[in-house]
Amino acid sequence: MIVHTTERERPRADEVVRLDEVKRHYRVGDETVRALDGVSFSIRTGSYWAIMGPSGSGKSTMLNILGCLDRPSSGAYWLNGVNVAEMDDNELSDHRLRNLGFVFQSFNLIPQLTVSENIEVPMLYLGMPQIERRQKAERLAERVGISHRLRHLPSELSGGQRQRVAVARALANDPAVLLADEPTGNLDSATSVQIMALFQELYEQGKTVILVTHEPDIAEYAKAKIVLKDGVILSCEEGRL
Amino acid sequence: MNQVFYFWPFVKLGLTDVWRHKTRSFLTMLGMVFGVGSVIAMLAVGEGASQQALESIKRLGSENIMVMSVKPTDEEGSNTGSQRGRLAVYGLLYDDEARIRETVPGVVLTVPARMTRRVARLNERQLEMRVVETVPEWFAVVQRPVLAGRTLAPNDLQMRANVCVLTEHGVRRLLAAEHMVGQRIRISSGVFEVIGIVKNETGGTVRAPDSEADAYIPLTTGTKLFGEANIRYSAGGMEGEKVELSQIIVRMAETAFVEPASKAIETVLARFHKKKDYRIDVPLTLLREAERTKRTYNIVLGAIAGISLLVGGIGIMNIMLASVTERTKEIGIRRAIGARRSRIVVQFLINTCVLSIGGGVVGLLVGVAIPLLITAFTGMPTVVRPYSLLLAFGISAGIGIVFGLYPAMRAASLDPIDALRHE
Ligand SMILES: Nc1ncnc2c1ncn2[C@@H]1O[C@H](COP(=O)(O)OP(=O)(O)OP(=O)(O)O)[C@@H](O)[C@H]1O
Ligand SMILES: [Mg+2]
Repeated sequence: MIVHTTERERPRADEVVRLDEVKRHYRVGDETVRALDGVSFSIRTGSYWAIMGPSGSGKSTMLNILGCLDRPSSGAYWLNGVNVAEMDDNELSDHRLRNLGFVFQSFNLIPQLTVSENIEVPMLYLGMPQIERRQKAERLAERVGISHRLRHLPSELSGGQRQRVAVARALANDPAVLLADEPTGNLDSATSVQIMALFQELYEQGKTVILVTHEPDIAEYAKAKIVLKDGVILSCEEGRL
Repeated sequence: MNQVFYFWPFVKLGLTDVWRHKTRSFLTMLGMVFGVGSVIAMLAVGEGASQQALESIKRLGSENIMVMSVKPTDEEGSNTGSQRGRLAVYGLLYDDEARIRETVPGVVLTVPARMTRRVARLNERQLEMRVVETVPEWFAVVQRPVLAGRTLAPNDLQMRANVCVLTEHGVRRLLAAEHMVGQRIRISSGVFEVIGIVKNETGGTVRAPDSEADAYIPLTTGTKLFGEANIRYSAGGMEGEKVELSQIIVRMAETAFVEPASKAIETVLARFHKKKDYRIDVPLTLLREAERTKRTYNIVLGAIAGISLLVGGIGIMNIMLASVTERTKEIGIRRAIGARRSRIVVQFLINTCVLSIGGGVVGLLVGVAIPLLITAFTGMPTVVRPYSLLLAFGISAGIGIVFGLYPAMRAASLDPIDALRHE
């Protein structure tokens, strides 16, 4: 764990992301909700993080900022050495497309597309030809163990199967960083273990994995842990890196 | 090529989306179907009508001026008052023809004609025909293909020969026989040898110099046999009119002379006619008028079709806005995956275009079918021009883009996180 002080501003080369005093405030009426209230830490390439904390502590807010879906209200967020504040919407979109993979608690598959088509969406935006897309979708489906359901719609799958599809889709662009917001939140423990095994495999292949969870036994899979409370970092351990 | 790869999945997505909401899509498309259908159908009807008018005017020739006898409007009042019989004397004179030929500059030819309706007989068949007493030059000015035999010759005129040329419709209705040339038919009190048959041009419009069943005879023969007075006996007594010439066709050396010459003719005639018992028609002017009318017609028509397309477009926009709301989550997912705003815009635009072009294509079929039905049932000519199909297609695609833009922009402007959270 590196808690940065203001005099060390530029990030190190092996840091994928680095947050400096990042705040995210929401104005609701005349009240200000401090979802994140001054968070500083950095993540190295190839690490495996769990973000923990009670409900409402700002975990999802943090993950959204890390995933470039949201921007800090103040503070600096460095992405591969570039300040995100200087990037426009298209650049952030392209970054998500090329470098990030998302897995959500509620799967977030597109209901009118088949399993194969869902997995192909990122490749479509990357401009991959159809045959290549098809082949890669098949390979990914096989990897997550869903290849027998390629022509099915998400509504015809179980929760665990849907999450496998979501993981396959998150991997479709060969992302360097995998972001997961409570990926096992809607799954039974047996399926959760299978999904976590997949994450472990990806981590071992050198991907950076950032996982939001409030279940301690899921957090155990991660190699480093950060605990949030009321928008600030309560503790941070980088133990088993 | 790459672009096609890129767009196709979205076209497919649009199509499946349309298919999933069949009823909704169908109702939305109806606006476009009627809009595009009415554009094509109305253009086809308008085109048919104006083409017919233009053709009959063009056939009169743009170098020609038609001078016609008209019964003066004040004739009733100025008459002798005799109830048993009266003879209306009016119209153009042989002298008028000579004066026009000699005084108006640029005149190449004048063709006098007298037209009356008379009954023609062959054996027991009979048919009322329009008898055109004229000179051989008629056929040079009013060009019509000769189907059999020959037309009038200068010699016929000189000899006051009892010969006639018939139009094919006249022949068919009088005879239904092929070997008409050489036959003898009776017209009123005279017996005429049929020397030729000419083709009918498209159906007689008011201004056309020929009608369905015409018999052309030498002017001199007509004068000899029938005189210049055309008298009808009826239950109320005798009624008749004396007209020396019904019509004079004046041919000018070139189109540019036509308009000044028509003014000169007007002056010449006005000097010798106390009453306005003639009318001067300039086909060129009629042509211009017809073209102007056509333009006006097209504008009115365009406005009506435009309004129906506008209504159709608003319907599509409405549905697309609903669809954006419905698919908010999908938009969030796509944005999270890394789709730029512009790609969301493209996706929704394609979706709208699938709807509007789909409606446009159905409307196109409807628009082609309606004129066919109109022609089949009413006999009214209709012409579907290829450009109107292109226009309809362009319009429907344009409507898709114009009315799809706002919903698409709205979809793209959604905040990804808010969109993802949407249920
Ligand atoms: N769009 C928003 N407008 C206002 N307040 C918000 C908004 N999004 C989040 N918040 C607030 O920010 C705080 C942090 O929310 P966040 O979703 O990050 O919590 P979390 O740690 O993910 O909780 P959970 O474990 O329940 O998912 C909460 O108090 C929440 O009410
Ligand atoms: Mg959360």
